[in-house]
Amino acid sequence: MSHLLEVKGLQVAFPTYDGLVRAVSDVDLTLDRGELVAIVGESGSGKTVTSLSVMSLHNRRTAQVSGEILMETPKGVVDIVTAPEPVVRALRGKTVAMIFQDPMSSLHPYYSIGDQLGEAYQIHNKATKKEARARATEMLELVGIPGAAKRVKDYPHQFSGGMRQRVMIAMALINNPDILIADEPTTALDVTVQAQILELLRDLQKEFNMGILLITHDLGVVAGVADRVNVMYAGRVVESGVVDEIYYRPLAPYTMALLSSIPNIASKDAGQLPAIPGQPPSMISTAPGCSFQPRCQLTHLVPDRLCERSMPALTEDQPGHFARCHLDLTTRTTAAAEARAKRNAGGAA
Amino acid sequence: MSGYVVRRLLFTAVILLLVSMTVYAIFALLPFDPAALTCGKNCRPNLIAANRIRLGYDKPVYLQYWYFLRGIFVGRTYGVGAAAFACAAPSFGYSFRQNHCVTSLLAQALPVTLSLAIGAVIIWLVIGVSLGVIAARFKGRWPDTASSVFVLVGTSLPTFVTGLMLLVFVKIKWNLIPFSLRDYISVFESPFGFLKTFILPWLTLAIASAALYTRLTRASVLETLGEDYIRTARAKGLSEKVVLRKHTLRAALAPLATIAGLDFATLLGGAIITETIFNLPGLGRMSIQAVVDYDLPIVVATVFLAAGVVVIMNLVVDLLYAVIDPRVRVA
Repeated sequence: MSHLLEVKGLQVAFPTYDGLVRAVSDVDLTLDRGELVAIVGESGSGKTVTSLSVMSLHNRRTAQVSGEILMETPKGVVDIVTAPEPVVRALRGKTVAMIFQDPMSSLHPYYSIGDQLGEAYQIHNKATKKEARARATEMLELVGIPGAAKRVKDYPHQFSGGMRQRVMIAMALINNPDILIADEPTTALDVTVQAQILELLRDLQKEFNMGILLITHDLGVVAGVADRVNVMYAGRVVESGVVDEIYYRPLAPYTMALLSSIPNIASKDAGQLPAIPGQPPSMISTAPGCSFQPRCQLTHLVPDRLCERSMPALTEDQPGHFARCHLDLTTRTTAAAEARAKRNAGGAA
Repeated sequence: MSGYVVRRLLFTAVILLLVSMTVYAIFALLPFDPAALTCGKNCRPNLIAANRIRLGYDKPVYLQYWYFLRGIFVGRTYGVGAAAFACAAPSFGYSFRQNHCVTSLLAQALPVTLSLAIGAVIIWLVIGVSLGVIAARFKGRWPDTASSVFVLVGTSLPTFVTGLMLLVFVKIKWNLIPFSLRDYISVFESPFGFLKTFILPWLTLAIASAALYTRLTRASVLETLGEDYIRTARAKGLSEKVVLRKHTLRAALAPLATIAGLDFATLLGGAIITETIFNLPGLGRMSIQAVVDYDLPIVVATVFLAAGVVVIMNLVVDLLYAVIDPRVRVA
């Protein structure tokens, strides 16, 4: 069987007065049933644009999208990029559902929770208002809202942030979707609530047997729940693989730098938080080289200024583990090991 | 909720008291003698003195004010014996220039202004909101550009220009609406005559405001379309039509209800220019005439009425907002 979701060579660009913003370039990723795939990256790395493209929720008139987003649907495989709007609309909320970063603003303040959930159900199912309300109550119970039968009449402002995110999850899952896209679902929540929401997502994933695409910038969240990880930088996937591989044996210089910038609580080296020097590049620039080159610690090891001249391809350096780098694998892993040793030494000193 | 309404109504009463005091005080400070204005050229000192006593202007200002307040609730009798006459409650005084109880003058003028205001508000809301929604929906395309042209023209033209233009072209040059011998025809008397009387004044008032409301609606709809919950609505699989009609409009038009309510209230105080151009015997024309004539009782009454309408409309708008927005209901 093909994948539940397969993104091939996705490019998304937005024309602006300053030039064409290439938000996403050459992104490939796959998602299978029962799998949780994470997209990690800093702000502006293109992870949200990628997820919105899967829902086709970006501005259809201005965004320039190319590549393929193949989705397994009850009516066969659909390419979201080329499919007409009514076809995509029928999939939204039914086959692929989405939850968003800020549950405070993602629910309509003027309609009751029951109305909003019921509406999501009624779009895709022939149901009376009463049936939809019953289904909404059932979903609220499922996501762990106490007194669901009563609270279904309440309005969003009467719920706390964590509860609202539960409501969002209930709304997303009301039609048993195959794919759930969670765009920074825990970013706006307290740490204790974050853990509850992630646990809930994991439980529901088993129950509904769906594939989850988790967008986040929080490496801790990823380590806890993801099966596979795609690391994005400047609109491109720079590394992808199984979560443990990426954490313990990162192969892309960006991932290495990212992991070493996680503050170590055992470190006596107080005051200075480790950071990657420099800024992410402008997404308008059309420089031919590797987009991470200006900030890369390993670029001096590459001969002939190759990093400045061409973008390395995403290659399968180890089975199932892809990375983008010109440097040969041995040098890279040695450098990574050295960096890790230095970091651990810092922690022990 | 009812406690809230009662509190707001008490607040309204206090506001009205302060407004009436202020207007009374201003007129008390003005250097003229109301009694001397009662009889024009025929005035002889003894007549002025008699009228002064009859209308109560011989009393100190605070007593005059007290009689005014009392009259609102119990009516008021002027003079004594055979020459006495009464203005029934609610009495806002007696106009010595027009020789009528102010309340009956208000009762004549109010329906005119009410007809003018209601019609104009309906027209400008329909035009303004539809154009605004269309402009937002087709942002950056020709319907948006066309509506901006309308907005520019509409806001640039003052009512005395649009009013006079409509009067000159529609009524005089093209003779589309013939002049009527009567300046006001009630809707209950002849709906068609009513329409003929009011269509041009309505348009005069509506064009300027419709332009403004187009801008407001467009901005509000665009802002709402950018909200996260609109993205959620789209993510559910709703069509753009439902997203716009159900999810966007309710949120986008709520703030407009506030502005529309207050604009309507202001209009109820009288549209002076429009009423003057089209010779409508409404509150605006009446109050401006009263100011020119130093006709204190009418000025006090019209200001009182206008202020009352504004404060009460404020309350209505706030209650309406609670109906639209559930977040307002709780507190």
